[in-house]
Amino acid sequence: MTSSAMRDLMAITERPEVISLAGGLPDVSNFPPEMLDAISTALSRDSVRALQYGPTEGMAKIHEGIQLVMAEEGTQVDLGELLVTTGGQQAIDLVCKTLVDPGDIVLAEGPTYPGAVPTFTAYQADVRQLGMDEHGLRIDLLEETLAQLDAEGKRPKFLYTIPTFQNPAGVTMNLERRKRLIEIAHERELLIVEDSPYSLLRYEGDPLPTLRTLDGGHFVIYLGTFSKILAAGLRVGWIAAPHAIRQKMNIGKQGADLCSSSMSQVVVEACLKDPDLWRRYLDELRARYQGRRDAMLDALSTAMPEGATWTRPGGGLFLWATLPSQLDTTNLLARALRSNVAFVPGRGAYMDGRGGDSMRLNYSGVGEADIREGVRRIGAVVTEQLELYGDMVGEPLPQRRSADLHEGSNAEPEEQPEGALVRFPTARRRAGER
Amino acid sequence: MRVAVLAGGPSFERQISLAGAERIVHDLGELGHRAILIDVGRDLVERLTDARPDAAIIVMHGSVGEDGAVQAVLEALGIPHQSPSATACRRCWDKATAKGLLAEDGIAVPDGVVFDRQPFTALGAARALAPIVERLGLPLVVKPARSGSALGVNRAADLAGLAAAMVGAFSYDDSVIVERFIAGREFGISVIDGEALPPVEILPQDGPEAYDFEARYSIGLVNYECPADLDDATRKLLTDTAVAATKSLGVTGISRVDLILTPEGVPTVLELNNVPGMTDTSLLPMAAAAAGLSSADLVARMLPR
Repeated sequence: MTSSAMRDLMAITERPEVISLAGGLPDVSNFPPEMLDAISTALSRDSVRALQYGPTEGMAKIHEGIQLVMAEEGTQVDLGELLVTTGGQQAIDLVCKTLVDPGDIVLAEGPTYPGAVPTFTAYQADVRQLGMDEHGLRIDLLEETLAQLDAEGKRPKFLYTIPTFQNPAGVTMNLERRKRLIEIAHERELLIVEDSPYSLLRYEGDPLPTLRTLDGGHFVIYLGTFSKILAAGLRVGWIAAPHAIRQKMNIGKQGADLCSSSMSQVVVEACLKDPDLWRRYLDELRARYQGRRDAMLDALSTAMPEGATWTRPGGGLFLWATLPSQLDTTNLLARALRSNVAFVPGRGAYMDGRGGDSMRLNYSGVGEADIREGVRRIGAVVTEQLELYGDMVGEPLPQRRSADLHEGSNAEPEEQPEGALVRFPTARRRAGER
Repeated sequence: MRVAVLAGGPSFERQISLAGAERIVHDLGELGHRAILIDVGRDLVERLTDARPDAAIIVMHGSVGEDGAVQAVLEALGIPHQSPSATACRRCWDKATAKGLLAEDGIAVPDGVVFDRQPFTALGAARALAPIVERLGLPLVVKPARSGSALGVNRAADLAGLAAAMVGAFSYDDSVIVERFIAGREFGISVIDGEALPPVEILPQDGPEAYDFEARYSIGLVNYECPADLDDATRKLLTDTAVAATKSLGVTGISRVDLILTPEGVPTVLELNNVPGMTDTSLLPMAAAAAGLSSADLVARMLPR
């Protein structure tokens, strides 16, 4: 099954009767009324600025807001490094626009953010996806790939990574790997694109330093967004990049849209004017998402048959579930839609056909009752299909495939390290490689 | 003329439908008609009653559009349309029924079997897979009996692959066809009012395994040749077969017959499509162009005369 088939299936996940665990929507239903008041005050008082074009790199005051937000995760940046973008998606686009020529090699995690896939494709990047485990990107596979590229006389343009609460996998790169990754970046002058939309949505465990912090601003291009920590509808994100690269991106942005919405930037400023109010809102979001994650983990452990595994994110919006390999999650989505429930089939997170036995589940967009019911329905269709398969091949239901992987249905969440319930498709060599 | 263009709906092929409808709405404007685009939902009858169109064009693929349901609504409301009748649609929509009727009329179809989901396990039919593989040979093609396009269609190279492909096909429909893979040249032949347009040959860039859903709707994955490179006798054999297939199933108006010409020279009908795609990469507009019909000419043929 292919990407356009998936697009068509995804198009009908929006029917009102469907419980969609497919989207990536943050919950904006409890936006603080005080913040709405601050917004309307700011817009009327500052209307001329809000209604006018602004600087391409973004307004000075929002740069201060971005510094505040980044300091919240322990990262210090210079104002001169910042470029305001129209959402995090434009940040990915500008990175590609600035750095990628057709055929250039780009490294990414496998699975990667499904929304980055069409961008990489549009710029004709040759994307090599590297495997992950419960501790994030496997640095050994990165080193292996880099050595192999060396042997071919090739050099990747950059590595795209979401180190914290990765979309779609829900895992977080541990400190040791972060440090090693930055060492590699410095040894090889390898650019790292650190996409960090979710790191402030941590509801357990200690925060880890960003790659940008460990790097000190040499080889890391940091992408941020207000979508998940304030409001997605504002379409305000940012890039913090070494000066020379930021300069190029600034030119790229001029060509794309001159500047991001002034009105949205004034709104962001207003929302951050009282940082404690914003912090309280973040606390509230974290608490709500944690409850929903727990509901999903609980429902999965009840509803999923043996042989299914899933990650246990310590923050963010998504987890990644992997089924016995006999099932194809794109086909399964068609069946699931007949039971009025939807998810993202794993193939959408790969550019090389992998991911057919996996799915991304979102828990931020719907309430706990719907999460439980949605997961129950998915579990029912998975079980139905496994039984059908078992009937045909005359075998009992598939058993766990590997002893060292944690079994989802037996999980005791309290005892699991973050993201312990994980299984990713093993990296396959591309055709033509040794 | 006020023309209702019925598109969208809840099917898996919603996007393709809307893309084709956009093109038809544009052409109706060129022809001086007033197009009323209706995204088909629960309020269809209400919207049709309000709009009081003089005619309707159905651009809905997959269930609802091709299973005869919308045709039946139009027929009940007395709104003329040039799609095949609700009865003919029902006959074609279930590929198992259509194959049986075609075979009775002496038209070649791939040898195969049909399984229904319910009795499949209840009667232990699942254990019949090995004998089926033995009888039909490998590779096999597995497809949902009722589904548009190539969604859920898979090839199986062995017994385990057959089981996985059947589970996949059962995702789309409770009735599944397992049939012999027919090698040969693949053609789409559009038929308008009992006359065949020039055959379009479908040439997958990566060999015959590659013609799937993606290829069918993306420019560049397959090459189309229209008119196909055929001698007169073979062309006539193909177009006669396509027309005979429409007659066999009582299909009038506009339809498309997909068939394979085997190396032995036997045209083997895969399926009839009663709401052919109308996007820029669809076969019907391509065949019409080869016959000298513009896009607007083609749309004009979809209106009652």
